[in-house]
Amino acid sequence: MCLAVPGKVLDVYEDRGLRMGRADFGGTVRKVCLEHLPEAGVGDYVLVHVGFALSKVDPEEAERTYRFLAELGQLDELEAPPEP
Amino acid sequence: MKYLDEYRDGRVAARIVHEIRRATTRPWTLMEVCGGQTHSIVKHGVDRLLPPELELVHGPGCPVCVTPLEQIDKAHAIARLPGVIFTSFGDMLRVPGSRTDLLRLRSEGADVRIVYAPLDAVRIAQDNPAREVVFFAIGFETTAPANALAVTRARTLGLRNFTLLVSHVLVPPAIAAVLQSPGNRVQAFLGPGHVCTVMGVREYEALARHYRVPVVVTGFEPVDLLDGVLRAVRQLEAGEARVENQYSRVVARAGNPAAQRLMWSAFEVCDRKWRGIGTIPKSGLRLRGELRDHDAERRFEVATLETLEPAECISGQILRGLRKPHECPAFGERCTPATPLGATMVSAEGACAAYYAYGRHRAAVAP
Repeated sequence: MCLAVPGKVLDVYEDRGLRMGRADFGGTVRKVCLEHLPEAGVGDYVLVHVGFALSKVDPEEAERTYRFLAELGQLDELEAPPEP
Repeated sequence: MKYLDEYRDGRVAARIVHEIRRATTRPWTLMEVCGGQTHSIVKHGVDRLLPPELELVHGPGCPVCVTPLEQIDKAHAIARLPGVIFTSFGDMLRVPGSRTDLLRLRSEGADVRIVYAPLDAVRIAQDNPAREVVFFAIGFETTAPANALAVTRARTLGLRNFTLLVSHVLVPPAIAAVLQSPGNRVQAFLGPGHVCTVMGVREYEALARHYRVPVVVTGFEPVDLLDGVLRAVRQLEAGEARVENQYSRVVARAGNPAAQRLMWSAFEVCDRKWRGIGTIPKSGLRLRGELRDHDAERRFEVATLETLEPAECISGQILRGLRKPHECPAFGERCTPATPLGATMVSAEGACAAYYAYGRHRAAVAP
């Protein structure tokens, strides 16, 4: 129910007072309401739930979390390699 | 897809599993709150990667599951009325009420339409000025802003023919209800990542302090979920109880203030009945005063039938983390997604339906 998917904002337009846009979800393009995410613009990744942009994906935070996890345990790998 | 695929990387998952094994010295019970997380855990077998000391129990975070039978019956009664176009997210269509479901009503001639976004229902109201358009507004805080947008938009556009049948629920009171349950076993929570994109983490900080329980706000991909478990276990092992934000790529501490303002402009807190659990005080939302003309329960007089759930169903205990689906004698036999007896089997995000969908019918193969 709370499914939300990151999509890349392709364009931004106004529909009778509402800030709307189109976003690309891995090839599928859908209309998205951007009214409550004023900081998001073309080229940004936004997290979308039922056509409503909830938040902007922070590329630096995403990179930091992923890098941290990808390197987890690497220092002690010589002693104890991860089990398959 | 960017920001999804990298969080499904098996090599990264293996590293985290290794760290979890190193960090775990004692048995611990963790609950993932959100039904989307439950589905992902069972689908990817995340629980089976964990050391035997760790148990994941499944929380009440499935809005479709916890929508009371009476409310579903009400939806069916409204959908049957002449002149009504009944709109809903797809998840609600197959959920059986006491007598029927929306899909069957549609085949019998009712005008039932699936919408992807609540704003699509507003568009239907605009295009059909002579019809009454009702939208079944269910969900947690994640969905509340989008539903609030629909009703405030209809108001702005002067669409008197648009109403909401509201059955909104809130996560923090449900977590408190789990922790207050007699026999509670849950020692830490994986917090609902998408609810927190809207609401931020402050309410969870209050819960962590009050109940001395770690809460790790967690995403939905396997790597996210394993990272959430690792962080929770590290806190438990160290005797800590605080909120950590595993899902920082989309969750800000304050959430989305504009979406919160929108939500509170349309809704106010009320007591709500949760299917399988009962009434939880201040656990839901209803329309605010000035928007009550858009409340379908006020517009349409539909008699409600007090319905009793089958005594055999243990979904109330499952939703509170006290039991697991395969411990129910009806599971996979008398109770299946096609013939559900109760809350946790009615939606794909319910724990019982997820266990059923991914072949965990028998206790022998269940974790």
